[in-house]
Amino acid sequence: MKHFADFYGALDSTNSSNDKIEIIKEYFSKAADDDKVWTLYLFSGGKIKKKFNTTQLREWAVEFANIPEWLFEESYNTVGDLAETISLILPESENLSDKTLTYWINFIEDINKIKEENRKDKIIEAWKSLNQKEIFVFNKLITGGFRVGVSQKTIVNALSGLENIEKNVIAHRLMGNRHPAKISYKELLSGENVKDEISKPYPFFLAFPLGNGPGELGNPEEWQAEWKWDGIRGQLIYRKGELFIWSRGEELVTEKFPEFEFVKNFLPDDIVFDGEIMCYADSSPLPFNLLQTRIGRKNITPKIMKEAPVIFMIYDVLEFEGKDIRTLALEERRKKISDIRTLILDSGFLKISDEIKFSDWEELKDIREKSREYLTEGIMLKRKNSAYQTGRKKGDWWKWKVDPFTIDAVMIYAQKGHGRRADLFTDYTFAVWDGDKLVSFTKAYSGLTDNEIKEVDTFVKRNTLEKFGPVRTVKPELVFEIAFEGIAESNRHKSGVALRFPRMLRWRKDKKIEDADSLESLKKLLKK
Amino acid sequence: MDRLLEFTKNGIYCSQARVFIDPWHPADRAIITHAHSDHARVGSKFYLAHKKTVPVLKYRLGNDINAEGIEYNSPTLINGVRISLHPAGHIPGSAQVRLEYKGEVAVVSGDYKLEYDGFTEAFEPVKCNTFVTESTFGLPVYKWKSQDEIFNEINNWWKRNKDNGIASVLCGYSLGKAQRILFNVDNSIGKIFGHGAVTAINEIMINEGAVLPKILKADSSVNKKDFEGSLIIAPPSAVGSSWLNKFGQYSIGFASGWMNIRGFKRRQSLDAGFALSDHADWTGLNEAVKETGAEKIFVTHGYTSVFVKWLKENGYDAEELYSKFESKYEGNEE
Repeated sequence: MKHFADFYGALDSTNSSNDKIEIIKEYFSKAADDDKVWTLYLFSGGKIKKKFNTTQLREWAVEFANIPEWLFEESYNTVGDLAETISLILPESENLSDKTLTYWINFIEDINKIKEENRKDKIIEAWKSLNQKEIFVFNKLITGGFRVGVSQKTIVNALSGLENIEKNVIAHRLMGNRHPAKISYKELLSGENVKDEISKPYPFFLAFPLGNGPGELGNPEEWQAEWKWDGIRGQLIYRKGELFIWSRGEELVTEKFPEFEFVKNFLPDDIVFDGEIMCYADSSPLPFNLLQTRIGRKNITPKIMKEAPVIFMIYDVLEFEGKDIRTLALEERRKKISDIRTLILDSGFLKISDEIKFSDWEELKDIREKSREYLTEGIMLKRKNSAYQTGRKKGDWWKWKVDPFTIDAVMIYAQKGHGRRADLFTDYTFAVWDGDKLVSFTKAYSGLTDNEIKEVDTFVKRNTLEKFGPVRTVKPELVFEIAFEGIAESNRHKSGVALRFPRMLRWRKDKKIEDADSLESLKKLLKK
Repeated sequence: MDRLLEFTKNGIYCSQARVFIDPWHPADRAIITHAHSDHARVGSKFYLAHKKTVPVLKYRLGNDINAEGIEYNSPTLINGVRISLHPAGHIPGSAQVRLEYKGEVAVVSGDYKLEYDGFTEAFEPVKCNTFVTESTFGLPVYKWKSQDEIFNEINNWWKRNKDNGIASVLCGYSLGKAQRILFNVDNSIGKIFGHGAVTAINEIMINEGAVLPKILKADSSVNKKDFEGSLIIAPPSAVGSSWLNKFGQYSIGFASGWMNIRGFKRRQSLDAGFALSDHADWTGLNEAVKETGAEKIFVTHGYTSVFVKWLKENGYDAEELYSKFESKYEGNEE
């Protein structure tokens, strides 16, 4: 575990991709094979099952460290990370052991099997035999919060270099969520078992934001335009009579969408589509937050299926008649889709993201202005002769989003952030005018520069009116322009609205609180 | 309110002796615990400090200030108050101020650390009735590793960078931290350079008799090639500045107690963080308070409310002192 904890620490303290690749190579050239498989599993977001919660962990840590609970809370508010706080307050271990990562993962999984009253002793036993860095990683594993700032692309580059296998081959072999106990490192990389892996998705090809408009893209005839649908990007895989749905987060979400089973009756075998999972009814998309409520549910009941009806909007086909056709030109792939258009549409749950006809960029610009009317986020531009590549690449696929909604709002509450923003007031609640009262309508965390954050932090400390636990009520004085992608009615918020992806566009130092917008003007946006 | 000390809008005041300790605004008479900017302010008519502090004070506040330097443990009487300075272990010349009047003893700690760093005079516990303590790192998440362990990390980082042919820029406060690093780092690894702010302080300290390796100022007179594999000691303001461009490829590290927390390190986009502090950690603060045997504790500079609550729960009569300088990671560890 020491090796793994040091490896994690090393990755954590560099921002350079090249350094990360070197660090990964170094680790993989020395680690035991079962540790490597677990590492890959964890790095692609795999979780370890555990049957105790963070409240219990806090209690056990407070007891073992022999400090009062409030002091733990103060510490946590400063550090901003539970796993790290616990690792820092525990007494230093006297009997360090050096067991492998795999040993400790098995140890955690074994805890699930023992009686609840004995679990505490096992956790403390672990804390007693690990050093601070190891405890941090161990805690991350048991709280399910293990994340690492390394993209799949970086891992692929590192392993490709180390094992001398082509990048796209590695990327494909690493996709999917096989449990590490069921596969060896050799099997994983050799791809020997790929034949059995009928559920395996392809790595997604992602579009780059088109900053300056399409002027520089050249001849419009070389480009295919589609709506940028607002749902969850996914792959629908139908192989050997079985259906699998993957989300872009590389999560297998088949069970969340039982209605897609129905399309099996229509599709030719061995086909893989790239598309968007979205809620849809009466030939129109439904708001994104409807889909969100559905994803949050553990059990998909007939009631939910009725309230949040879904479809799969097809963008592309990646495998046809069992053949990987990603290197064909987009035009040719789209042709394969139109060849089976009737079958697709007859299934009822599949739709095709049709091309938008346009003759020049000016015309497309006008069409884009209507994106919101069609409940889309903007326009996608794809080069007609482009292959389906891996990851986010500049050049062939662009997303041209509509400008966000904006509104001027007053900051009224502030809370400390987490991670790299620990101990700084970075999470704010904003309000607009409802008559002569300020009513809160959204929180926002992102959009300010580090220097602005520092300035706001100082303001909050000097202008606190009240403290409620971690939340401070601050003097209404600062005005920010809040940008967001969508707005929907909601009874969860005092204001009666819920925003999609709110963030601070800019700090309006030129505005006084009287200049902020009203709830009325916010609600007007609902109708757009 | 304590008889010997008062807490005013201008900081800690002894009305009997008519002196302020580390006043925030100009005063007639100021006793200065050490020359960091949140303790030594410009404009007072008279300064009293440890004799090693005076030259730095003059360098920072102006050569024309009226300042007197005294030794540790050599009491001077001011209007009947017996005043003496005692090593605080924070930086060379840093002092705790002991005031005694009619059998009543108060000690103002200034900033302090308990661990001996080999370079700074070792902290001396002073018995008293009233103790004014700092609390920069007054949370149990701050527990320092030994200096040896930290310098091992620093040496290894420098060696690795040197093997990769790049420079190592290590940031830390130019007064105190920089010299502690220079004194303790393994200088057999390679060449060492300093930012001008660091070499200026080095010279002052060497004049006062400090044993420090002579290092060159990292300026345009140095051949760029010489920076490869070298260690450059710089002030915190160097982080993210264009001054770094001259070193070509480099790794940037920061030596500060705040580096004990992952988030603080990540926020500044550093390549390396070393939790090397000149302040007492949680254990140190508790030990220092206990050692004084004081009945009354005042807490300032840092996690004041937390440390006060903790001391009260542990049977101390403790009180929070307002400080103009809220000690914060990116600003003032000084």
